[in-house]
Amino acid sequence: MAGLDDLYQELILDHYRRPRHRGTLAHPAIIVDQHNPLCGDELHVTVCLDGDRITEIAHTGEGCSISQASASMMSDAIVGHTTGEALELIEHFRQVMHREVQADEDQLGDAVALEGVNKYPVRIKCALLSWMALKDGLLTRMVDQQESR
Amino acid sequence: MPLAADIDARALRADFPIFAPVGDREPLVYLDSAATSQKPTAVLDAMDRYYVETNANVHRGVYALAEEATARFEAGRDAVARLVEAPREGTIFTKNATEAINLVAWAWGVRNLRPRDVVLVTEMEHHSGIVPWQIVAEITGARVVFAPITGDGELDLDWIARTLREAPVRMVNVVHVSNALGTINPVAEIARMAHEHGALVLADGSQSVPHMPVRFADLEADFLAFTGHKMLGPTGIGVLVGRPAILADMEPFLGGGEMISDVRTDGCDWADLPWKFEAGTPPIAEAIGIGAAADYLRHIGLEAVRAHERALVAYALDALEDVDGLRVYGPPDPDRRGAPISFSMPDLHPHDIAQLVDRQRVCIRAGHHCAKPLMRTLGVNATARASGYIYNDSADVDALVRALHAARAYLGG
Repeated sequence: MAGLDDLYQELILDHYRRPRHRGTLAHPAIIVDQHNPLCGDELHVTVCLDGDRITEIAHTGEGCSISQASASMMSDAIVGHTTGEALELIEHFRQVMHREVQADEDQLGDAVALEGVNKYPVRIKCALLSWMALKDGLLTRMVDQQESR
Repeated sequence: MPLAADIDARALRADFPIFAPVGDREPLVYLDSAATSQKPTAVLDAMDRYYVETNANVHRGVYALAEEATARFEAGRDAVARLVEAPREGTIFTKNATEAINLVAWAWGVRNLRPRDVVLVTEMEHHSGIVPWQIVAEITGARVVFAPITGDGELDLDWIARTLREAPVRMVNVVHVSNALGTINPVAEIARMAHEHGALVLADGSQSVPHMPVRFADLEADFLAFTGHKMLGPTGIGVLVGRPAILADMEPFLGGGEMISDVRTDGCDWADLPWKFEAGTPPIAEAIGIGAAADYLRHIGLEAVRAHERALVAYALDALEDVDGLRVYGPPDPDRRGAPISFSMPDLHPHDIAQLVDRQRVCIRAGHHCAKPLMRTLGVNATARASGYIYNDSADVDALVRALHAARAYLGG
């Protein structure tokens, strides 16, 4: 499909058709909802922690192939990292989407395939939706912890 | 294949520069006229000629150039008034239909709505017919109530009649043709019911005035809002038509130059209608452009436009049945709907549909169409929407259907 292969890479389609980490976790430390005002898509993300380490992420919601694949790839990339590392990874992905840096495959894993989305301005929000949801969730938790100290 | 005898869409395309072939690029299949229409040379030339030949401010200069600019600007108003057969003093230029509705919400609503009064809007209303009233309700203590739709995407008239009987409804804001469902609403019938109970009616004609004969008197509404850029005209100009007697009793919306007859340190007097509601230097070229668009449409004939689009919609509803699982929203009967056709496909997000059909230069809209309450009622986040106009024909529908099959093959996988 000429012209759209950047956008719809096989790896992206694979995550879209067989999303990883799809669902809702039973006892999450973080729950966050995010929506894309452009298309009305909604995303629900839950996160489990062991101390400061992210042990599992799950996502549900309705969205286009890009937002669904991105949530799946993000979950793959983030699980196992500390919350601080996760925030760094999210920032790296955001910079990739805004064409500020080249994607680092070692860090992003399959999510590196989303780099081509940055040529489609309207779809960047789709790719970023899950990442921004997780960022919101992590930052809210940090604020809550500081306040409870 | 010409769809109706009166309009030859292929021939009309010669009037629209955007459809001129470019090298060996695939031809443009533009099916998003509900978002904005393309512009004919007649409109572009009229606007150009103003800047080239008669650029001057209006209603100010005494020199000949300024007189000519004023004459062309006011001729634009006359052309628009002729299109919907409205009185010229009740034909007010605004920035767009949204501003026209805001004008009524602020200039009428803020001064007339009381706590517990009801503004009745519909579940299929565009956000522009909802949000201004929500803002004004917040200020006045009035309530915004949503009239529900039936399974076929039509307004529940019994519910509206009951609500008008039982609640202190002061204003009914109703979309004439839904941008998301295509439904043609019986504005006159609703207006008769509303008037029996002392409520005013504002009809949003954004999707009807460009596409079918609309006579202000026949609508029986008190206000009619529409916009230039959906009716072959430029962006940056809209129209509020109102009953002069009601407009005369209203205070201004925006204050400034143009809209006064006298300003003193202890107060001021307003200009006559329609200028009372046109503060500041108006969009002059745009008024001339919308006038040229109105003349162009009248030249083709709105009856012919409607016949063509009805045939186009009937053809499309039939052709779309070929696409597996595709679901069309809104009334199934082409007689009851205007140009927009919203649809969804199982397991294919509207964004992906719109992106993939663009490969064949097929332009359709994907999203919530600024109608989120409606999307919630339909139980979806978004739909895809194809909307035709005078320059579309059955070949465009065929191209869409081919592109949808290709999208399904690509992502369905």
